[in-house]
Amino acid sequence: MRGATHAKWAAGAAAVALAATACGGGGSDNGGGSGDSGAVLSSSWGDPQNPLEPANTNEVQGGKVLDMIFRGLKRYDPKTGAAKDMLAEKIDTSDSKNFTVTVKSGWKFSNGEPVTAKSFVDAWNYGASLKNNQKNAYFFGYIEGYDKVHPDSGKQTADTLSGLKVTGDRTFTVKLSQKFSTFPDTLGYPAFAPLPKVFFSDHAGWIKKPVGNGPYEIQSYTKGSKMSLRKWDAYPGTDKAKNGGVDLKVYTDNNTAYTDLMAGNLDLVDDVPAAQLKNVKADLQGRYLNTPAGIIQTLAFPFYDKNWNKSGSEKVRKGLSMAINRKQITDTIFQKTRTPATDWTSPVLGEKGGFQDGLCGGACEYNPSEAKKLVKEGGGLPGGQVKISYNADTGSHKEWVDAVCNSINNSLGNDKACVGNPVGTFADFRNKITAKKMSGPFRAGWQMDYPLIQNFLQPLYYTNASSNDGHWSNKDFDKLVNQANSETDTAKAISLFQDAEKVVRDNMAAIPLWYQNGSAGWSERLSNVALNPFSVPVYDEIKVG
Amino acid sequence: MPEPFESEGAISGAGMGGAMDLAVAEGQTLETAPGGPDGTGPAGRPRSLWSDAWRDLRRNPVFIISALVILFLVVISLWPSLIASGNPLKCDLAKAQEGSQPGHPFGYDGQGCDVYTRTVYGARKSVTVGVCATLGVALLGSVLGGLAGFFGGFWDSLLSRITDIFFAIPVVLGGLVLLSVVTSNTVWPVIGFMVLLGWPQISRIARGSVITAKQNDYVQAARALGASNSRILLRHIAPNAIAPVIVVATIALGTYIALEATLSYLGVGLKPPTVSWGIDISAASPYIRNAPHMLLWPAGALAVTVLAFIMLGDAVRDALDPKLRS
Amino acid sequence: MGRYVVRRLLQMIPVFIGATLLIFLMVNVMGDPIAGLCGERQCDPATAAQLKKEFGLDKPVWQQYLTYMGNVFTGDFGTAFNGQKVTELMSTAFPVTIRLTIVAIIFEIVIGITLGVITGLKRGRPVDTSVLLLTLVVISVPTFVTGLLLQLLLGVEWGWIKPSVSPDANFGELIVPGLVLASVSLAYVTRLTRTSIAENRRSDYVRTAIAKGLPRRRVIVRHLLRNSLIPVITFIGTDIGALMGGAIVTERIFNIHGVGFQLYQGILRQNTQTVVGFVTVLVLVFLVANLLVDLLYAVLDPRIRYA
Repeated sequence: MRGATHAKWAAGAAAVALAATACGGGGSDNGGGSGDSGAVLSSSWGDPQNPLEPANTNEVQGGKVLDMIFRGLKRYDPKTGAAKDMLAEKIDTSDSKNFTVTVKSGWKFSNGEPVTAKSFVDAWNYGASLKNNQKNAYFFGYIEGYDKVHPDSGKQTADTLSGLKVTGDRTFTVKLSQKFSTFPDTLGYPAFAPLPKVFFSDHAGWIKKPVGNGPYEIQSYTKGSKMSLRKWDAYPGTDKAKNGGVDLKVYTDNNTAYTDLMAGNLDLVDDVPAAQLKNVKADLQGRYLNTPAGIIQTLAFPFYDKNWNKSGSEKVRKGLSMAINRKQITDTIFQKTRTPATDWTSPVLGEKGGFQDGLCGGACEYNPSEAKKLVKEGGGLPGGQVKISYNADTGSHKEWVDAVCNSINNSLGNDKACVGNPVGTFADFRNKITAKKMSGPFRAGWQMDYPLIQNFLQPLYYTNASSNDGHWSNKDFDKLVNQANSETDTAKAISLFQDAEKVVRDNMAAIPLWYQNGSAGWSERLSNVALNPFSVPVYDEIKVG
Repeated sequence: MPEPFESEGAISGAGMGGAMDLAVAEGQTLETAPGGPDGTGPAGRPRSLWSDAWRDLRRNPVFIISALVILFLVVISLWPSLIASGNPLKCDLAKAQEGSQPGHPFGYDGQGCDVYTRTVYGARKSVTVGVCATLGVALLGSVLGGLAGFFGGFWDSLLSRITDIFFAIPVVLGGLVLLSVVTSNTVWPVIGFMVLLGWPQISRIARGSVITAKQNDYVQAARALGASNSRILLRHIAPNAIAPVIVVATIALGTYIALEATLSYLGVGLKPPTVSWGIDISAASPYIRNAPHMLLWPAGALAVTVLAFIMLGDAVRDALDPKLRS
Repeated sequence: MGRYVVRRLLQMIPVFIGATLLIFLMVNVMGDPIAGLCGERQCDPATAAQLKKEFGLDKPVWQQYLTYMGNVFTGDFGTAFNGQKVTELMSTAFPVTIRLTIVAIIFEIVIGITLGVITGLKRGRPVDTSVLLLTLVVISVPTFVTGLLLQLLLGVEWGWIKPSVSPDANFGELIVPGLVLASVSLAYVTRLTRTSIAENRRSDYVRTAIAKGLPRRRVIVRHLLRNSLIPVITFIGTDIGALMGGAIVTERIFNIHGVGFQLYQGILRQNTQTVVGFVTVLVLVFLVANLLVDLLYAVLDPRIRYA
């Protein structure tokens, strides 16, 4: 309906002497044939924070591009999230410590260079080396020799990881410094992508226009405004692009992208603004999708602060958890694009992967009277008030923090029991966390790197782990995680991780709030739109026309 | 042009204009004579321009109405419970975004708080911020700008270049730097910040007005008659240069109330739980398509406040302009 | 006159140094920016140290400032955290923002002054009251809302414009964003003009002009308006900077990648090089704008002279 109105007015608009402003032949209105595999779609994008090097990209927007132009040894199934062999013919191990990788033959980079074992080893060495400033270098931390190429302090004493050896054109071996049974399943993360020779010989040129081995190749890239990707016809994989290409347009506000979608200037928005969720169904007439993503939001606590780490304070934390009416908040504030959390992982893992619905039990259920009782038993709120800290500059956290506080206040029958405590910038927020300056609960969000239960627990709750912002430390938990990592049987490993998760639960090391969904809306031209568990659109599957 | 240019009989003054202005400005007695004894001091001292203005104001219905509105705002700022019995912090998410219903005439906001109660309670912080920041900016700006424009030369250059530097500070940066260190829960740091970043604009406006006003014949005449600098500034220049300052200040009052919300949005404004129009307006803005009532009431309250101050400013300005006196 | 201009140009040097130093210190006070670059995890200390060294953040502030200023004089404004040269960012952001500012200022001058003259001449009449009400709407409804509603109405419902501005951002596309950006300033300009006009309407030179029998239009434009413009011009002069650097909301709504956005991003990410670079250029703009305004005083009021 709206499309028709728009077309009519577009013709009239030229006459109103606004010709220059009105539809001056936008990129999205050519190639209108039905089911046209050559048609290009346009999609919303955000300017990546870092150069597009695979081991330097730690946010979704850069990840989106890497997912289109790279294929690694493994790939996470867009539907189930299961790690499946992509470029890996096989990955063998007998002891969960030494792995032999065989790369499939026939794979090429889009510039014609074959993908070999060396393409991987060179890429990984580059990613791990301190001098290259790669922000995801820690991904290579399990590989032997990491402490030499990336020491915590002082100069690096080696340029390459001693645990990586090219043993043939298509084979290489990986030696880890400790047992890590699910290591092969982490290899779908973009940081482990192979890199062509040109990456090293003409680095600046590569950064301007990256070359990879995925189903798309980059046609042009104007930093800060637009990237045009086109189908790579000679792509050797089975997941060939079903469309002619994707134009990624940079938007600084998802609201604008949404408005552009309604006006027919954009085909795909992969982040529908919260304020529009109420009318999204009417606006897009069902061309809208809301699926679980591997993201969980929690409230972390400063365990370095005595007030939060004394006997009984776990009761206070449980009480707070029970004072939060998760369902009402996810229904009202997030319009069901988030689901109340009942464990510390994510539903995208699936039951098999270690997600256990209801593991948290009564402690995550709304129960005001019990909440009041527990807080009282635990010695009351430290200082009589909790302040929930969050960063104000990104992600509009104010709304849900206010809602959580209102919920706590209503439950505890005290207007001032909980207040939000905004921190101006994300950097300042992180600095306060790193410097252990938090005095109350604070926002903690976790987007999985790879769909493994290990990734939801170890980086967040293991003693001194990189994202253990609350500095929680528990010997039982650490022991169980170590056991799980060295367990070669996956099912057993997962059940050990779940045991570890129960330790988190019993101590309420962090209050789980909700699982975050990915949302997307699209134009009438598109069909077969889906989001993967990382809330990134599965571009190669999208059909245009 | 069909409509004749209005001159309302004032044409008689033409031709000897300079002399007349001089008379009005210099010899206030000229006005006192027909004015009658009321308003003059017991000693029969000649009334000044300022007291003339006050006499005019008291009889101006626009002034009376706007003053009453402002008085009302002050009263509910001090005692909001007089007209709102609810608790602005008591919110029920189940009622979020609901519209008007019995007992809750303005409906509920996005957190399920009563919009009427919050609008009433929001007056205190918003009016305080708006009025105090405006007064501070206007005073500091017009004094510094006025002096710069009046004296010219070195002092003008110095003050003008200082204003240039202040203009260069982006509000977001200033707010994040200066206000993020503040832990106080009062409105004063926010007001101080607004004064600090706001005075340069008024200062430049005042400077420009003073530069024009000091060229006038009556100022030259006063100078020739040996009037002191302070007398010239206060008696002759200020009343004639103040109009643009009043105009900018009264509009700025509204923008300061809105700026408070921007600062809160950045996490450096008033600390939660704060109830203010600015915060409610900015929280309601994204939902304009679904629940416009959440925006309407706090924005309406802001509009009425700004209207009252604009009318007040207009009345004061008219009262200070002898040419408009009948 | 010539000497005055030269003197003013020379005064720019201390202002330039003062402003850059101030901004440099302010961004530094905000603390360590590296922590914000690693997402929801602690940067590993080695990489953090390495990044600090690369951006020169490991040196004392005064040394950082001197190095930075030294580089600036050779035309090197440093690098943003995403690896882009600041000069490159400026060369894409400033042209767009300058166009947007020009559109906004034209609106301020044309609509603002016209409405101001009309309301000033018709004080208390219905047209004056309606403009006052419009003014109130503009002041009390956030730009965000007016922008969004215009965008929805013109861009989606009626399809007159594209809701977002293309990367080229030509003048035609910037009409609506320019109007939104100018809206609050329009209120100031209108009311300033109105007051000045109302005040000067009764002054001697206007009476003289009328007495001489000059046509109404000529009296208004040549005599009345010209003498009423000083506060208006002053305001517009102070507004240029706010329009250029502070168009964050408008730029966001219409997806314009201009100065406001870059500056805002730079500040939030505490990227000294970007912020100081952009502010440096903005300071130059303020200085030139203020100089022009001061020179215009003399044009508008011949009694004002500069030695």
